[in-house]
Amino acid sequence: MSYSFNWSVLWTGQAGGWLIQGILTTLHIFVLGLLIALALGIVAGALRTMPLAPLRWVASAYVEFFRNVPLLVWMFFWYFGVPPLLPQVIQDWLFDHGVEFWAGVCAIGVYHGARFSEVIRAGIQSIPKTQLEAALSTGLTITQAFRLIIVPIALRLIVPPATNETVNLLKNSSVALTIGVAELTFQTRQIETYTARAFEALAAGTVIYLILCLTIASIMSYVERRFAIPGMIAQGQTGAS
Amino acid sequence: MDFSVITDNFVFLIAQGFLGIGAFTGGTLRLAVPAIVLGFILGTLVGLARLSRRRWLHWPAKVYIEFFRGVPLVMVIFWFWFIIPTLAGKSLPEYVVALTAFVIFEAAYLAEIVRAGIQSVPRGQVEAATATGLSQNQLMRHVILPQALRNMIPALLTQFIVLLKDTSLASIIGYVDLTKAAQIVNNREIRPFELYLFIAIVYWLCSYAMSRYAQSLESRLASR
Repeated sequence: MSYSFNWSVLWTGQAGGWLIQGILTTLHIFVLGLLIALALGIVAGALRTMPLAPLRWVASAYVEFFRNVPLLVWMFFWYFGVPPLLPQVIQDWLFDHGVEFWAGVCAIGVYHGARFSEVIRAGIQSIPKTQLEAALSTGLTITQAFRLIIVPIALRLIVPPATNETVNLLKNSSVALTIGVAELTFQTRQIETYTARAFEALAAGTVIYLILCLTIASIMSYVERRFAIPGMIAQGQTGAS
Repeated sequence: MDFSVITDNFVFLIAQGFLGIGAFTGGTLRLAVPAIVLGFILGTLVGLARLSRRRWLHWPAKVYIEFFRGVPLVMVIFWFWFIIPTLAGKSLPEYVVALTAFVIFEAAYLAEIVRAGIQSVPRGQVEAATATGLSQNQLMRHVILPQALRNMIPALLTQFIVLLKDTSLASIIGYVDLTKAAQIVNNREIRPFELYLFIAIVYWLCSYAMSRYAQSLESRLASR
């Protein structure tokens, strides 16, 4: 193998700027996607453990439908499939405001919401039933019991599996390159195309992803220590794994 | 909405795209099935190395697992798309590139499943087997692995579902799987909503059926 490395391509010319833009776009998708995914995941996860069957069915239909189809297909569906069905005015507005970015955020948020809900459901189910009974017997309604007692405890129990899912969400943001979102993987490909330096460009992208993943993992391990419920951690792990 | 685009191209989408029978070397299953088998073999070796007490086996396995679990699959596919032709000195078909990338990427995840499976075998089994005079290799082959394998089956099935969905990413380097087949048809017919909804349903059927099967296996194993 004869390949002469030239790492300077990463900081000469436009490449450095592209990489930084890529990181910012990836983080932008990550934050917005995570917010959507957490909101959908908490609601769907809680609904799936409710004592009312129709609520469980609605949540299960959402989770099973979105979780079992590849993210890439959802990207294409939201980006190519849905906009042509919308009224012309909304289409024009979307195409003026970066439709690929929003399609990507939607696809990631909705897909990972379904996956997060499984983690949250497992967390809720690992809480002893007596907690809910005790909450209801103090006069709380079911909604109050879930909002004030069950969900907050579950969220503190599920930190380890939620860390996995958060890292997955970050990694999956790279799929958005297929619909033309200029995130980190897209930018490393662009550097490769412009400089014909594939090793250097891909190595830079890979190292940045590893750093981002490690950062998330260490933030989450801080969160885990900070919000641990004494005596319940082991239970949460076995229930959620 | 006009679903005749699906019926007109049904054979191409399913035979070529999903199964891999046709003019192109393609197919979702033709990639996913060898990838899980070869990935499991490599994953078992990595998982065993990860559990080994010898440092020179333990650390490389750990680095391998952590590295591939920290990098997006898209990035790994691009790596192999570039590295394999450089190493081989000539360009190779997308199938070889995609299969290599998936085997090496999935092995990192499968290694963790293998490790969990081996650790789920009760310690008493190891002690009893050692007491009967089995060597370390015999112990692994006749006592631990058969039991570990049974415990691993639900997790392996789940990983296969993940892999089946992930193979859609092979389309970005031009491999003609179900997703690429839909893109090819869409370029001609411009019916994105119908086509992408259709392949979503195909993926969903396979994935959902297998996940239900995995769940029933899991509860059967748990009640044993």
